Amino acid sequence: MGERILMKGNEAIGEAAIKAGCRFFFGYPITPQNELPEYMSRRMPQVDGTFVQAESEIAAINMVYGAAGAGARAMTSSSSPGISLKQEGISYIAGAELPAVIVNIVRGGPGLGGIQPGQGDYFQSVKGGGHGDYRLIVLAPANLQEAVDLVTEAFDLADYYRNPVLILGDGLLGQMMEPVEFKATKLRELPAKEWATNGLRNHGGKTNIINSLVLDPHGLEEHNIRLQEKYARIVEAEQKAEIVDCDDAELAIVAYGSTARIAKTAVTQLRQEGLKVGLIRPISLWPFPVKDFEKVIPTVKSFLTVEMSAGQMVEDVRLTVNGRKPVYFYGRMGGIVPAPEEIAAQVREILGGAK
Amino acid sequence: MVKVFERPKALADVPTHYCPGCTHGIIHRLIAEVIDELGIVDKTIGVAPVGCAVLAYNYFTCDMQQAAHGRAPAVATGIKRVCPDSAVFTYQGDGDLASIGCAEIVHAAARSEQITTIFVNNGIYGMTGGQMAPTTLPGDKTTTSPYGRDTSKQGFPIRISEMLATLDGPAYIARVSVHNVANIVRARKAIKKAFEYQLAGKGFTLVEILSTCPTNWGFTPIEALNKVKSEMLPYFPLGEIKDIEAGEKK
Repeated sequence: MGERILMKGNEAIGEAAIKAGCRFFFGYPITPQNELPEYMSRRMPQVDGTFVQAESEIAAINMVYGAAGAGARAMTSSSSPGISLKQEGISYIAGAELPAVIVNIVRGGPGLGGIQPGQGDYFQSVKGGGHGDYRLIVLAPANLQEAVDLVTEAFDLADYYRNPVLILGDGLLGQMMEPVEFKATKLRELPAKEWATNGLRNHGGKTNIINSLVLDPHGLEEHNIRLQEKYARIVEAEQKAEIVDCDDAELAIVAYGSTARIAKTAVTQLRQEGLKVGLIRPISLWPFPVKDFEKVIPTVKSFLTVEMSAGQMVEDVRLTVNGRKPVYFYGRMGGIVPAPEEIAAQVREILGGAK
Repeated sequence: MVKVFERPKALADVPTHYCPGCTHGIIHRLIAEVIDELGIVDKTIGVAPVGCAVLAYNYFTCDMQQAAHGRAPAVATGIKRVCPDSAVFTYQGDGDLASIGCAEIVHAAARSEQITTIFVNNGIYGMTGGQMAPTTLPGDKTTTSPYGRDTSKQGFPIRISEMLATLDGPAYIARVSVHNVANIVRARKAIKKAFEYQLAGKGFTLVEILSTCPTNWGFTPIEALNKVKSEMLPYFPLGEIKDIEAGEKK
């Protein structure tokens, strides 16, 4: 058991990145993620790392492209409007198959929106966001210990699959304080970065090229097929979810991130009332944890998806459940965080009142 | 027998996609000669733009990255921060650098990133078929200024080198041309100086090179070279616009 330190979410994510060997951080100010670039600007010089405050989110993600292409563990962070600006670069990073970690501390939208927590970036995160057929691995922590652990894993996943990984947090996680422990875990054997453009002298004299342009349509289709095969391997191997109290549940709440921990409180309340309620908490939003749903679908009678959005993840829940059971939705928007009692009231209504 | 002329080692032995009379080939060769002369091919990383030179990664034998439109200076920043002992250069056209990539080039220069930017200015979007560029001369006809660039509606050309020279960050900024042999020799010297300054850690360096686009200008190669001399030079005067060592030399 290591030392537990009380930290703010944004700072804990930064420290986790440094502990994971990230030495290149390219940031730009936007609320509610500012503590992350601020923390990195303090910490990077202490570990011989590099912090650059870029001129824009667009420049920051392209600095990540360059640094990742040169073989380094590189990271950028932002919040919703800034993540929109990064989409061009994210598509290029995915197309050029570079490992990188991007953090989105989501706020309410659309447009400039607000600065309070939101989950309205789900579609953007898991359905593409930028142009072309590509996927990000999307990980959604629900508490700060998990955020720290997932950042560590994100760098490994990125290197292992040569694919960008998105940590999808929200303003609540970014701003809250919790005790965290930085565990020294070696997750998987990683291949050497023989493809990196760090000078011929570093890789045996062969020219390395980082590129996403394939003008020949047959070549581009082949490139896409190869990408899709990689994504299929990720779907097979990297689904992650937490299932709570679903063995005897009549209704399973589905929620991720901050909303899931609120839903957990609602589950506890409802159980005390004698209602058989459980929770499925997707941790990997892409790949969506279909296998975990399959364990629950045969026994539960209905699902209630709760999000801080107008209903985005619920579409994936419906695709997964595929008409086998009813899927209900409850959402709050604009930076309003749902209270446990609101969620409980929805469940009671679906189940026909308290028993 | 003594070999007096050969392909630079930094230049790949492949057919070129550039149009007849286009000066990209000359500029590629000058960069490759400088890389050879400085003996740095094994520690050079180039960044290709979007535009006609997007395929530059096929022509240089050093490591290459291809960047999104205008973002080459940001990509180069990332590379150079990871590989501070390397030589990193961006190769960008006028649409890429002076329009969509204006923020990236200004801030790379302001940060004095230790990179060299080769800015190829032919006053037109070549790859996309001859649209107006920020550097298109007043009155010039392009596919998006079919009546000639009207400065009252389409603004004025940007003199990037002079603009960047107002910053404290850059160590060396020069504008050169490749429309005749004497100027090609001067262009080569400027490129070499820029790389030398970078390797010596003096700061950001940029060489703007006036170039041709016979295809989209609708000229023969010779007419195109004449246009550089008679029309572009008066608007974009040649010379070393900033050189932090110049004071010491005098």
